Amino acid sequence: MKAIVNINNQDRELIFEPHEYLLDVLRRYGFLSVRRGCDTTSCSVCTILVDGKPVHSCSYLAARAEGHKITTVEGVEEEARKIAKLLMDEGVDQCGYCSPGFVMTLIGLKNENENPSDEEILDYFMGNLCRCSGYVGQLTAIKKYLGVK
Amino acid sequence: MLWVCWTANCNKEILGGEMMKVVNQSIPKVDGLGLVMGKPTYTEDIIPRNALVVKVLRSPHAFARIKSIDASEALKLPGVECVFTYKDVPKVPFTRAGQAYPEPSMYDKFILDEYVRHIGDDVAIVAAVDEVSAEKALKLIKVEYEVFEPVLDFEKAEGHKSVIHSGDKIECKVDVGLEADKNIAAKVDIAMGDVDKVLDDCEVVIRRRYYTQATHQTMLESFRSAAYIDERGRLVIIDSTQIPFHVRRFLARAFQIPANKIRVIKPRIGGGFGAKQTANSEFYTALVTLKTGKPSRIIYSTEEVFEAGSPRHAMRFDVTIGADRNGRIRAIDLEGLSDTGAYGEHAYSVFLQAGMKSLNLYNKVEAARFKGKVVYTNHTPSGAFRGYGATQGIYAVESAVNELAHELNISPIDIRKMNMIRQGEAAIKFNFNGIKNTAPTEIVESCALDYCIDRGKELIGWDEKYPRKVIDKNRVRGIGMAIGRQGSGIANVDMGSATINLCDDGSFTLLVGATDLGTGSDTILSQICAEGLGVSFDKINIISSDTDITPFDGGAYASSTTYVTGNAVKKAAEKMRRLIEEEGARNLGTDVDKVEFDGKFIKVKGYDKAISLEELAIKLMYSQKQLVASDSYVCHKSPPPYMAGFAEVEVDLETGKVDVINFAAVLDVGTVINPNLARTQAEGGIVQGIGMALFEDVKIDSRGKMITNNLMNYKIPTRKDIGNIIVEFAESYEPTGPFGAKSIGEVVVNTCSPAIQDAIYNAAGIRVRDLPMTPEKILRELKSKTR
Repeated sequence: MKAIVNINNQDRELIFEPHEYLLDVLRRYGFLSVRRGCDTTSCSVCTILVDGKPVHSCSYLAARAEGHKITTVEGVEEEARKIAKLLMDEGVDQCGYCSPGFVMTLIGLKNENENPSDEEILDYFMGNLCRCSGYVGQLTAIKKYLGVK
Repeated sequence: MLWVCWTANCNKEILGGEMMKVVNQSIPKVDGLGLVMGKPTYTEDIIPRNALVVKVLRSPHAFARIKSIDASEALKLPGVECVFTYKDVPKVPFTRAGQAYPEPSMYDKFILDEYVRHIGDDVAIVAAVDEVSAEKALKLIKVEYEVFEPVLDFEKAEGHKSVIHSGDKIECKVDVGLEADKNIAAKVDIAMGDVDKVLDDCEVVIRRRYYTQATHQTMLESFRSAAYIDERGRLVIIDSTQIPFHVRRFLARAFQIPANKIRVIKPRIGGGFGAKQTANSEFYTALVTLKTGKPSRIIYSTEEVFEAGSPRHAMRFDVTIGADRNGRIRAIDLEGLSDTGAYGEHAYSVFLQAGMKSLNLYNKVEAARFKGKVVYTNHTPSGAFRGYGATQGIYAVESAVNELAHELNISPIDIRKMNMIRQGEAAIKFNFNGIKNTAPTEIVESCALDYCIDRGKELIGWDEKYPRKVIDKNRVRGIGMAIGRQGSGIANVDMGSATINLCDDGSFTLLVGATDLGTGSDTILSQICAEGLGVSFDKINIISSDTDITPFDGGAYASSTTYVTGNAVKKAAEKMRRLIEEEGARNLGTDVDKVEFDGKFIKVKGYDKAISLEELAIKLMYSQKQLVASDSYVCHKSPPPYMAGFAEVEVDLETGKVDVINFAAVLDVGTVINPNLARTQAEGGIVQGIGMALFEDVKIDSRGKMITNNLMNYKIPTRKDIGNIIVEFAESYEPTGPFGAKSIGEVVVNTCSPAIQDAIYNAAGIRVRDLPMTPEKILRELKSKTR
């Protein structure tokens, strides 16, 4: 099937099977920052933004995407660079596999809550698993990015 | 975008008399920006075009023989390229364990075999043009099995009527006590002194039994590889691995082709933690590409990662400690049993480390012994996981030392200080299998455990909080501690090497076989290189982990990269520095002993005459010579990093739930090459340790089916499960390390379980000795205590 989907502020015609998830379709169209980390929507590695909100692309049918604004790391280079720098300053970029999902979740948090408490940050990011970093430096980076104490 | 030497925290420190400019600085990871920005650098991102999709048919039985297998229907399916069964592959046994040759692991695995030995074992290999056809083909393969009674209880494996491997088909290149007909993969018997005699003579003897569970590495990028034949007809594997050079050797053996016909490239990889120290998916893609000549790729599902992965060996320990009434430990007897699962990968070495690393925390004993067996079962084969046996052994010994302290009414801190190893002391020299050890005595040249304990005690607030604090009717907090260690490489086995080329702009290309699996070793080795050359960090361009291009390295395991490869890089850098001075002197028309290189200029000492490195480099390159320096390093000792870990937990007496409130860790890793990356190693390892202590558990049902085969059921810590983690480093300098460094990657996971266990005891007066310490077990103990 075909659908016009706005990806990173550009309308694109996508061709896919009805059963395909957006994750696989986005990868096929070259958005390789979008990755699979598990098969049970447990890890948030595949997180993208749909209309500004974080969504697991591994369980979002491509067919649903028509008429929505899809954002991947490729579409938010400037913000991603800022976040990358903050993660690197803490030394928590590590294997990097979960980073694009982390970046998209952080931008999603900023869209929804510009001044979150620690508890709200932890709640928002609870589904973002990271096996390398131990999370500590990530919290510091998140708070620096949002400019919260 | 390039970050030139980042300067926050750049306080120059003097360590061991050397002025550090690049080492001991928190330089950001060289690949960090690209990784976070989602650049296509992982295996799946660089799969060759039109690669066949490879899938593996996996056994639904824990132990069976394939009576018949018929792939004819699958082969008729459009899009299916080939199906291979055990009848189509070479019959050469090998091991997939990433270890130096000759491996102390059993050669008990075949590419495909007539027998399947665990649920998830490989039965047939399918390649098709797409995912859907490959999946369909798997369903069309008809297999008849002769099903045997599986061995699912490792305590009943020895002498079980089901024999998992037939002794005449498998072998081990090193004698580790393999008795296949009894399901024994390996035996360990190491001792110093007469343990039984000393124990008989002790005033206090405690005996305790502990269990550690299988846990899973849970790296977020699953096992995966791609293969193609290059323009010269050679097999190229793009591989998410920690051990590219070992993989090349395994493939050469399994397929009986020369290693020089194989190239293994490790791109960026999404974590490993030891899982990728065992080869896994490479055999399938190599087979398909060798047979068809076409590119291929395989990406494991999460279920496959769990069921066909390599979790931590589950173990049982009986610890007997003898002491005098003052708490002086006189003898430790450790007896163990380890579950290697269906194959013997890392079976012996993981088990050996459980004893070697734990007993050597207490070198003042009159006698010590570690003996036991590693058995085959029909579980998923075990493998390497951060800590590599030391985690299990230290859990048992440290828990028993805590129990002894309580028995004697001594503080856990005092009992450690009285008995633990210290700088300048000799490590225990063990006799192996009763044969006298004539190797030279190993002296511990760096050990700051004393400081680690004192500082950790302050950080956790020991004096105010020990042993418990009641929060309310249902909640009580307690604190506990443990010490731990690891090694830095495997002495007289691990070898790393490095080659440095001078480029025409005065920068350097550093080539290493070492494998960065996200830890930042590319950055750390670049720092060591820059420091050794005396140049700024931005002058180093590192290329790593390609068996065609980079010099040999065992890979990322045994906490070896910083220490072993780091030493090789340092030696090569010093050689290059001498070459630069020689060539500088020649171009300046003087003798080498009259010049010095300050990182930018080669200057004639005492004169205003100099040539810049850039100028020299371009002169050399276009009319003289290429400067190349290469060196390697074999470690002759494995200096242990040390750690003191302190846990503060809150126990809910109503539900049995345990929360870690604070975990304070003070580490002695020698010189810290990169403080930020080291701290992250510690924090990440402690979080894994907390998971192991409290909830991570590979669970198997009565048929041998893994219940925890996805991230819904296998729980790893989220950011809300970990409490407050505090990490500090002791000032320490290892004379044999590169700029004084030891390892950090593994030691960090070793104190969590024993420290948390004692914290729970101090809080609630109960002790759970089989990991993980789940609410069910805690509640059961609480109920039996009040009964």
